[in-house]
Amino acid sequence: MKIGLAGQPNSGKSTLFNAFTGARQHVANYPGVTVEKKIGWYASNGENVEVVDLPGTYSLTSYSPEEQVARDFILREDPSVVINVMDASNLKRCLFLTFELMEMQAPVVLALNMIDLAEKRGISIDTQKLSGLLGISVVATDMKTGRGKEELLDTISALADSSGASGGIGLDYGEMEPLLRDIESRVLAETPHLPASYPLRWLAVKLMEGDSEVIRLVASAHPSPEDFTADIEQLRVDFESRFDEMPEIHIANRRYQEADRIARSCMSPGQARRLSWSDRIDKVVCHRLMGPVVLVAVIWLLYYLSIVQGYNVTNYTWPILAQIRSWMEVLLPGAGFIEIPIMRAFGLWFVDSINALLNYIPIFFILFALIALLEDSGYMPRMAFIMDRLFSRYGLHGQSTLPMVLGGIYVGGCAVPGVMACKAIPDERSRLATILVIPLLNCLAKVPLYVLLINIYFASHKVWAMFFISTISLLLVLPISKILTLTVLKKRPTSPFVMEMPPYHVPTVRGVLTRAVERVWLFVRKITTIVAAVAVVVFILMRFPGISEERMAHYQEEKHKAVSSFIQDIEDTDYADAIDPDNIMAFIRYWSGYKNARLGAGGGDAAKAVNEKFREKDPELYEIVTRQGKDGMIAYRAARSLERSRKQLLMDMKNEQIHNSFLGWAGKSLEPVTRYAGFNWRVNVALLSALAAKESSVATLGALYESDERGESLEKRMASKETGFTPLHGLSLMLFMVLYPPCLAAAIAVKIQAGGTRWMLFSIGYSMVLALGVAVAVFSGGSALGLSGFQAMWLFYSLALTLTVVMGLVRNRPDFGVV
Amino acid sequence: MTLDQLKPGDEGYVQKLRSRDRLGRRLMDMGVYPGLRIRVIRNAPLEDPMEVELDGYYISLRHEEARAVEIARK
Ligand SMILES: Nc1nc2c(ncn2[C@@H]2O[C@H](COP(=O)(O)OP(=O)(O)O)[C@@H](O)[C@H]2O)c(=O)[nH]1
Ligand SMILES: [Mg+2]
Repeated sequence: MKIGLAGQPNSGKSTLFNAFTGARQHVANYPGVTVEKKIGWYASNGENVEVVDLPGTYSLTSYSPEEQVARDFILREDPSVVINVMDASNLKRCLFLTFELMEMQAPVVLALNMIDLAEKRGISIDTQKLSGLLGISVVATDMKTGRGKEELLDTISALADSSGASGGIGLDYGEMEPLLRDIESRVLAETPHLPASYPLRWLAVKLMEGDSEVIRLVASAHPSPEDFTADIEQLRVDFESRFDEMPEIHIANRRYQEADRIARSCMSPGQARRLSWSDRIDKVVCHRLMGPVVLVAVIWLLYYLSIVQGYNVTNYTWPILAQIRSWMEVLLPGAGFIEIPIMRAFGLWFVDSINALLNYIPIFFILFALIALLEDSGYMPRMAFIMDRLFSRYGLHGQSTLPMVLGGIYVGGCAVPGVMACKAIPDERSRLATILVIPLLNCLAKVPLYVLLINIYFASHKVWAMFFISTISLLLVLPISKILTLTVLKKRPTSPFVMEMPPYHVPTVRGVLTRAVERVWLFVRKITTIVAAVAVVVFILMRFPGISEERMAHYQEEKHKAVSSFIQDIEDTDYADAIDPDNIMAFIRYWSGYKNARLGAGGGDAAKAVNEKFREKDPELYEIVTRQGKDGMIAYRAARSLERSRKQLLMDMKNEQIHNSFLGWAGKSLEPVTRYAGFNWRVNVALLSALAAKESSVATLGALYESDERGESLEKRMASKETGFTPLHGLSLMLFMVLYPPCLAAAIAVKIQAGGTRWMLFSIGYSMVLALGVAVAVFSGGSALGLSGFQAMWLFYSLALTLTVVMGLVRNRPDFGVV
Repeated sequence: MTLDQLKPGDEGYVQKLRSRDRLGRRLMDMGVYPGLRIRVIRNAPLEDPMEVELDGYYISLRHEEARAVEIARK
């Protein structure tokens, strides 16, 4: 048995859904659209009942994907019961949807939810009378406390058992009735199969309403579709000229009149006003001056708690992930002197890739919980209310605020939750624009490269350079979004900004936590599996074809040289026999084991215990690693130099491996183009490796600028290796990173939220072109004009600022056919 | 006159919706229909959009869209 929950947003559907199903639920997406599909189960008299939490809708037209999803469910999936959840205080307005459900001949049960709030306002509703007038069952509920739940469950079972007897009154559309009857008989005669799957009356009303989806549906079953469509249009035009009212407005009007009549006769009005404390909160939250202040404070708190505090939490969770890595180190085949088994290299690479992502879970959990808190409290629409004017100038939407904040409107966000949060934007064009620009904001993972470059090339202007990079991304995002809106997205449908400002609610702990866990889980499932797959591909690209056989022979020779020079050095000491030249790794493992154990032990008794343990294991080696006596010291020095040679060899091999990999080739073959942006092949490789995850850029640079034993910082190494680099190179690279295509996880998020691989590819492609274009313009332009990096920085800033202002002035108001 | 011309605190009655496109439908769905008493609560900090009260509940809409709602002052 299957039941559905329909109702206005914020009427308490999800609360009821949770109360019914408990933990037995599952979130997925409806195919092809970005609407979340929530399914849960509960047992009723031994039968398993499937519950679907439909998206919140005010009516069931075909204008929005949410409404279409809800409508398709009711018409096509044949639910045994549809629970119409409504806010009892708003009976009149909510009945609008109820009439539509009854017209679809859905087996409706009305849940008058939030009855507690209605009673607080002094509203009382005669459910018996209401039930009589509507011809369907009505149950008053308070889902926060569970009041009315049992009665509702019983009513559902009873209706499901009586199968098919949906009941419910039909609505009288007054002057339109004769026309509706004509259409009904035409449909019945001309498309005889249709009424078996769709209620005839509903088809007629929708045709008169001009519902494009239903017109198409009937026309496609009609022998002469063009004639039929034209006839319907003619009927609509005739109706309007005769009654001076558009048919769809007449229909809606009749529904409201009827709703008004019914509501009046079974409800005592109470004080119809919204809860007064909701008004009082709004006086501050939407205030001309206080509103923006509160908004900034909320955003700051969101950043602070999730990014800053969440990052602190990762200090506690990271050791768990690190532990998994060290288990893997033990499990995987061991490393040789210079031979790293491919299974080992791959295993560790894989764990590192996944760990890098899993490390964000605490941040995401806090973030998702806070968002759920904001959503349930009712603050979101206020945020949109305040920001809409600014954002709508750039083709975005009031409800783009939260996604942009999450994406990193200043510094330190993450595109993944940012793109995910775009779901709430009800206007398709703005939603796509927001999804496409969010990856250009400053996510957390871009920051290490900024810091690196600023420290090398803008060391004397650190504060200014940091200010530049933090604010430039917004100055690029706004005009880019406007340009996308005017070009690629021009044809996309846009919706009017008519948004309910619901009263504030105190969110429930359970509701908030459920949502946070649900979303983290969705993230882990969707993103991690794909990142894992791509980690394999990137590994192959970075490793193959790799070092040639001759070169490998060369490295083998180097190895033998290092080992034999070591053996020579210890020949005259007491330890000449302690180390077997054919099993040099035994010594190296012993030594690094000792070093790690001492590091972990700290000082005092623990250190003593470690010493004791290693002495027992091998007294001779112990004397070497602890430098005992003259011979011990000599052997220790020899071992140090052996270790140094090994490290150098491994580093050289790694460098050569990248050099000779597919990625290295790509980096080199891109050089003729990227030269104009000031990037050499090493920078190219670093940037290419960042395609999977942006953090990789700095890690790859670290591998490319090999360190010598003095342990210089990467800043120093990069500066000394790239002597030809100037601050202009640094600036061009930073701007490239700002506009860099979404990382893998973000690209997947784009695919999910934009509803298609096409958009994902577009998002990657356009930002790639843009990034390269800007980097080339800055570098080549700056060089041609003889500008210093710092001058070029501010010239670019003023250009971006000008473009932002200019694009804000371009008019782009949707035309909703106001007559 | 139309709704966008009302100032915060003003009241009026909805007379007619003048939009052919989805805007008219959307307004209807959100409970704006002829005969309803409507009161302007406030404008957003940057002037647009506006918040109005309809019969005990509240919606916000852009002035551009409010132009489609014809109002009779009482
Ligand atoms: N007082 C009260 N609050 C409720 C009731 N049902 C839901 N809520 C609250 O109303 C808000 C919106 O509920 P939700 O289930 O998310 O609505 P949905 O948008 O229809 O899924 C949440 O903050 C709930 O805690 C109820 O019966 N009484
Ligand atoms: Mg919900």
